[in-house]
Amino acid sequence: MPNMQLKKNPMPSQPVEVRINNFNEVDLGYTLDMAISEAQRCLNCKTRPCVSACPVNVDIPDFIAEVANGNIEKAYEILSKKTRLPAVCGRVCPQEIQCEGKCVRGIKGESVGIGRLERFVADWHRKNFGVKEEKIESNGKKVAVIGAGPTGITCAGELAKKGYDVTIYEALHIAGGILVYGIPEFCLPNDVVEYEINKLKAIGVKIETNMVIGKVLTIDDLFDMGYQAVYIGNGSAVPNFMGIPGENLNGVYSANEYLMRVNMMQAYLQNSKTPIRKSKNVAVVGGGNVAMDAARCAVRMGVEKVYIVYRRGMEELPSRLEEIKHAQEEGIVFKTLTNPVEVISNENGEVKAIKCVEMMLGEPDESGRRRPIVKENSEFIIDVDTVIMAIGTSASKLVTGTTEGLETNKKGLIITNGKDGLTTREAVYAGGDAVTGPATVILAMGAGKNAANAIDKMLQEK
Amino acid sequence: MNKIIRKEFLNKSVCKMIVEAPFVANKAKAGQFIIIRALSDSERIPLIISDFNKEEHTISIIFDIDGKSTFELSKLSENDYICDLVGPLGTPSKIDESKNILFVVDGITCATALPIIKMFKEQGANIDILAEFKDKENIILESELSKLSDSISIITKDEDCEDIFDKLEKILSSKNSYDKVMTMGSLEMMKNVCDITKKYNIHTIVSMNSIMVDGTGMCGSCRVTVGGETKFACVEGPEFDGHLIDFDEAINRLSMYTKDRKREDKCNLLNKEVE
Repeated sequence: MPNMQLKKNPMPSQPVEVRINNFNEVDLGYTLDMAISEAQRCLNCKTRPCVSACPVNVDIPDFIAEVANGNIEKAYEILSKKTRLPAVCGRVCPQEIQCEGKCVRGIKGESVGIGRLERFVADWHRKNFGVKEEKIESNGKKVAVIGAGPTGITCAGELAKKGYDVTIYEALHIAGGILVYGIPEFCLPNDVVEYEINKLKAIGVKIETNMVIGKVLTIDDLFDMGYQAVYIGNGSAVPNFMGIPGENLNGVYSANEYLMRVNMMQAYLQNSKTPIRKSKNVAVVGGGNVAMDAARCAVRMGVEKVYIVYRRGMEELPSRLEEIKHAQEEGIVFKTLTNPVEVISNENGEVKAIKCVEMMLGEPDESGRRRPIVKENSEFIIDVDTVIMAIGTSASKLVTGTTEGLETNKKGLIITNGKDGLTTREAVYAGGDAVTGPATVILAMGAGKNAANAIDKMLQEK
Repeated sequence: MNKIIRKEFLNKSVCKMIVEAPFVANKAKAGQFIIIRALSDSERIPLIISDFNKEEHTISIIFDIDGKSTFELSKLSENDYICDLVGPLGTPSKIDESKNILFVVDGITCATALPIIKMFKEQGANIDILAEFKDKENIILESELSKLSDSISIITKDEDCEDIFDKLEKILSSKNSYDKVMTMGSLEMMKNVCDITKKYNIHTIVSMNSIMVDGTGMCGSCRVTVGGETKFACVEGPEFDGHLIDFDEAINRLSMYTKDRKREDKCNLLNKEVE
């Protein structure tokens, strides 16, 4: 008999007044009983709209049915057939516009907590099984993957499982890409990512950190070294700035820099050697996940007042709903329909305030979102000593600028044939943000998986 | 992990290390830099590659022990391993047809200039060097620089009554046949040099020092205004046309964390250990 309660089982989480003073994970995860009860809310309907709404088509009702029966390890097996990073996806996917958005239970009441169940199953497996070494018979073919972020990890894992000798080249000193340098510990603990990396190593994937492809080796060098295919998953990580006066003042950060200092370089720890500005009032410009992450980090760094400054309305915020909810609970002030026009300096060349204008929404633009228009004579000042620009990122030229025949579009994103990720260079594939521009972890994973299949097919035919 | 093959002190606070880094040595060009983390909890700091040897798979770094990160690095010994080393980063020094080049350098930045001087010398350019040091004890790389240059003037701040800028004025007013001036030093020093060379209308290249995290264009910490446009020194630099740089902004940006650094300078333990 399904559990017909209209609402999801609530997620146990750290109380607001406690969590704003630490970097521990906010959501604590379901207990086994909660998970079983939530799983029993799934009707196991015939149409399975959740599956087709998932970018990697996880067999959602099947894994949930196993949870409902208490077979968690069986549920994990079903999950891992389609996703390599369930513990990550369960935490950072925008479920409300994917699987859960299509759930039949959502028509009347709340959808099944698919993300929470995915996370529960993955965490349960991690706690109970750990990493097992696995010997996979080698097919003797070498593939190089550029970037150890979600798309590279997925592509490498899929290929290694098929017997390829895979090496990932990572530019930073740590593997994980945005999962470690960007997404904060309180949303996605580093040990979750580390576990996934260790799982990759256990199936024979080699990870070379501190290797900036395009500088230390080019794609041509990789082919000379005996790699038969290359997958580019180096993301799109060059921060955008607005181009307004005062943007180079001390106290204006890109979200990338702020998050890298706080997360990757652990500036949140008392004894960290990485400096970070001691801010009192912070404005984060932008409304996506990265903006929420930066704002919520600022709260935990002891900032008294944190603003989100966004040029469209609350409805249009591109961030995950859960992050917005958490941000509001944590006291972050949303200044929507607001756009900065200037950063104002004090006598020491530091940020003193940000000058903004009010906006209103006009007709939808090519992205389908209503275009923000400036209200005349609406200038006003917000007193802040730090501004964090979280208005998106662009593609880096490190790889595309050093690889002949690798074509890009006018935004610098790599052109591919679509689903396979084949670029304009033979045996060179690409996926993730390097192709799409800033998008979600799950889309990047999907691209990595498709490319792995295409690389496999290509090399088998060779 | 990169092994330290040789380590020596060039003066009381300047340390030179030859480090095993085969991939970096293979690709490095004059003017490029690396990012280093001495220990697993150290900061990432940029250091110029002052020499590289493809055959021996090594690179050299020369650094002033002027803060916590360089202090930690200096405490490592021969045969120890540097935790992380990544490079070569940045755009290499541009090779051009210059026949007459004046290098204006200051203390530790002789090490920055060294591979660039070598590159132009190999091309057959005439190289003059004007270098300033705090005092006699602090002079470094004198024989290397003398060997590579056609003439060298060394000024020590404590003994000479004219400073590097007076000397530069003097040189340029008597001999203005330089195709370009290349200057490496503190931002204040490079700013003054550029002010002088502007008067004489000599193309001037500077090597910017900026705060960096990743060094690959991801953080934007190193942004600098060049001819009214924002550039990332880590990717598009570190060399730029000195006459286009907004030095006041750059000086301000470099002081971003000086409050923290001041605390460090006062740290007696650190000073004692350096001595």
